[in-house]
Amino acid sequence: MNAPAAAPARGCADAPVLKQRGQHEVFCGLTGIVWLHRKMQDAFFLVVGSRTCAHLLQSAAGVMIFAEPRFGTAVMEEKDLAGLADANEELDREVARLLARRPDIRQLFLVGSCPSEVIKLDLSRAAERLSRQHAPHVRVLNYSGSGIETTFTQGEDACLAAMVPILPETDAKELMVVGALPDVVEDQLVGMLREMGVPVTLLPARRRDETPGVGPDTRVLLAQPFLGDTAGALERRGATRLPAPFPFGEEGTTAWLRAAAAEFGVPEEIFDRVTAAPRARARKAVARVAESLSGKSLFLFPDSQLEIPLARFLARECGMVPVEIGTPFLHRGIMEPELRLIPEGPTISEGQDVDLQLDRCREARPDITVCGLGLANPLEAEGMTTKWAIELVFTPVHGYEQAADLAGLFARPLARKAKLAGLEAAR
Amino acid sequence: MKLTVWTYEGPPHVGAMRVATGMKGLHYVLHAPQGDTYADLLFTMIERRDHRPPVTYTTFQARDLGSDTADIFKSAAKEAYERFKPQAMIVGASCTAELIQDDPGGLAKALDLPVPVVPLELPSYQRKENWGASETFYQLVRALAHPAEKLSADGDGPVANILGPTALGFRHRDDAAEIRRLLEGMGVRVNVTAPMGATPKALTRLAAADFNVVLYPEIAEGAARWLEKTHGQPWTRTVPIGVHATRDFVEEVAALTGLPVPPEATDLRFPWWSRSVDSTYLTGKRVFVYGDATHALAMARVARDEMGFEVVGLGAYNREFARPIREAAKAYGVEPLITDDYLEVEAAIAEAAPEMILGTQMERHIGKRLGIPCAVISAPFHVQDHPARYSPVMGWEGANVLFDTLVHPLVMGLEEHLLAMFREDFEFSDEAGPSHLGGHAPAAGRTAPAEDPARREADEGPAPAARAAERRAAPAAAAGADAAVLEAPVWTAAGEKELKKIPFFVRGKARRNTETYAAERGITEITVETLYDAKAHFAR
Repeated sequence: MNAPAAAPARGCADAPVLKQRGQHEVFCGLTGIVWLHRKMQDAFFLVVGSRTCAHLLQSAAGVMIFAEPRFGTAVMEEKDLAGLADANEELDREVARLLARRPDIRQLFLVGSCPSEVIKLDLSRAAERLSRQHAPHVRVLNYSGSGIETTFTQGEDACLAAMVPILPETDAKELMVVGALPDVVEDQLVGMLREMGVPVTLLPARRRDETPGVGPDTRVLLAQPFLGDTAGALERRGATRLPAPFPFGEEGTTAWLRAAAAEFGVPEEIFDRVTAAPRARARKAVARVAESLSGKSLFLFPDSQLEIPLARFLARECGMVPVEIGTPFLHRGIMEPELRLIPEGPTISEGQDVDLQLDRCREARPDITVCGLGLANPLEAEGMTTKWAIELVFTPVHGYEQAADLAGLFARPLARKAKLAGLEAAR
Repeated sequence: MKLTVWTYEGPPHVGAMRVATGMKGLHYVLHAPQGDTYADLLFTMIERRDHRPPVTYTTFQARDLGSDTADIFKSAAKEAYERFKPQAMIVGASCTAELIQDDPGGLAKALDLPVPVVPLELPSYQRKENWGASETFYQLVRALAHPAEKLSADGDGPVANILGPTALGFRHRDDAAEIRRLLEGMGVRVNVTAPMGATPKALTRLAAADFNVVLYPEIAEGAARWLEKTHGQPWTRTVPIGVHATRDFVEEVAALTGLPVPPEATDLRFPWWSRSVDSTYLTGKRVFVYGDATHALAMARVARDEMGFEVVGLGAYNREFARPIREAAKAYGVEPLITDDYLEVEAAIAEAAPEMILGTQMERHIGKRLGIPCAVISAPFHVQDHPARYSPVMGWEGANVLFDTLVHPLVMGLEEHLLAMFREDFEFSDEAGPSHLGGHAPAAGRTAPAEDPARREADEGPAPAARAAERRAAPAAAAGADAAVLEAPVWTAAGEKELKKIPFFVRGKARRNTETYAAERGITEITVETLYDAKAHFAR
């Protein structure tokens, strides 16, 4: 387990994909605001939507954040539906009021929702109009986080893709790391790249003044697997995407860094000097946790698109056996390097019919089921062991130093169940 | 459009979910896009439910719009029936589906399912969660309750239904049990408790009871009125929260049934706990009460008449019950606060500078920010206010629970005296919070708390007040603020130092009162004298 097995020739790269439609038990793209608004410290996210949108954000985020958040919902009312002209006026008024109250805000995202999309409220025109009104202090962009178009993390993809057109042009040969990462992870990964002499920029930047440039010599390295549209938009601006596995676990992190190092001509000895110690630490720390995971079966419900890279890490570095790997959306081009590494066997499924998937899960009786919060307690009550998927998105799990924490997230439910075994029996 | 940061109520279909999830054998087919399933986790996480809510979401996507969303609804409804075999179904639309106008009721009817299907019209852009719960329960009762022989015809005593408890209601599980115990102790039998725990079949038997006990008017009043009109069942008006209200409730039930008022429960400890001398320090504590109207009204009465507190603010987020709140506020001599705007609530609390807040989960956070203790007495609540132990707020045991709930967040009596005596002790200070509650912010700023303006704002709360005032941009308020800026008296160093000696939880109020007093008299410098003049002036 310590040294990952040699890659299978094609792994799951050619595996058939089980595509299903039916009830999706997933968040919509608005949920991404919960971490994006913390990542971009001078940005405000204004959802144009319904009471349901506000309630969703509160339910997903309220638990965690109760400082005055840098997001809000302009809740549409009956009269906004009656006349779009009025809706635009109302929106302008709410934005003016908001910006007057929060002079620290320098970027405003108007975020479309299911209802605003259905009534065809044109937020791109609204963003242009508001940008003109509030320039140069505030720039106003828009994207859709609606559930009819985006699933959970696709909201971040839509947000970052919306930023691409306004990135300044540059001729510099730079590596752009794309994806909102926890600060600690970002500092570690970027620190190592810079130590190797790779010039790094970040999308999204923490502040508007640090907005990166893009051009024909920009090399894009995705730090999150769900950023297909953003990658495409950057490619259309001339950038080149570096294919790589994602930086989960020792193996993934090394492969991810190596993709950048190879492109920027980093000599092998420098690469080794920078990565050797953290690699060894990660291997050792993961191995300790992997003891309790080895040989255990794994069933992943679709949630964040992290499922495939995580299954790769859990299979190759922790010895787990994936039974089904569900993903809300499968981007073949981006996932190819990951799928190749996963040993053949598991069902790869895209989309969801939650009742049918629950039937398959009950049938398989996996040792660990990774699923959303709506399913976790009901499955636990049936005697299954679960790991909430959302924790994987809200915890620093990328990179070497977090590799064992990532494995630990899966080991903890098993350890807890073992500790409480007597309690269960008493019932 | 209305800018919303936090909401007190979800959309009306979440109210329908609360009814469906509380019941058994009922299934809800909700025409909704991907993402609306977030509502499931309210139930599985906050209430730790071990079953998924009985809801099927049709999950239509952008590419389905304009073509086959109606077909998607029909197949989802059909499959849901086949998989779950419910006794009855409710069907409706979430906010997005309301816009595409597929008519779930009509579509479901065309399926000709072998069970009753009750269509729900819940206008998402006008109404909210409690209304949705009420409407859903009303429609179910209307559709299912048949005329029935009275069970009391057997001569074994009167029979009641208990109406109102739902999933995700504040202490509904235990209130229903406590009131059932209370009724049975009087000799009243319970026919059906609904929605919580009831099946659609049970709802068909509602008319077999003599009368209805309405625990939560927000949810059950509509159904109770219909049952009164259609099946001649009277219903109880008193919500039995607190000692007085529970006594009133018992008398009301006695009057309805002709049963005698039984001797009071011997395990009711509240009256003695409150009268015992240890509780003297509670006298006149200034509390701000806010929540759903039913809980706010009941808690204001408990606070003033049973704890001896002073009610300095009273409000509710559900506009449907604005009238009783206004009437009660008049009786308490306070301005009623009828709003569901979180920032307005925060501003009102900061302005009133109470010593304790009785509120919802949201006021717990307001309290944290303003440094004011808070007890949660109303939905919305979070997981820590859904306890494992039996903890009703209704009936005799509910009163006992309330006493504990209202005392626990406060600094204890003698501790409060010591804090007032030795104000400059660097370890034992009021800003550290009650000593029996751990988990306060570390000592940062404790050495010199007064010098930190951010800390001062957090203590005294002008910041949120100012923010909300700006947001409302009410011209009158703005003019008032300008005037205040022009005439603002200045604190002398000695005056400021003396102010620090006033307990932290009333300091904001003292500062404001003194400044008002000085400004009204054209005093430009606030000295120690001014401070005590103002104190004497405002003392009653």
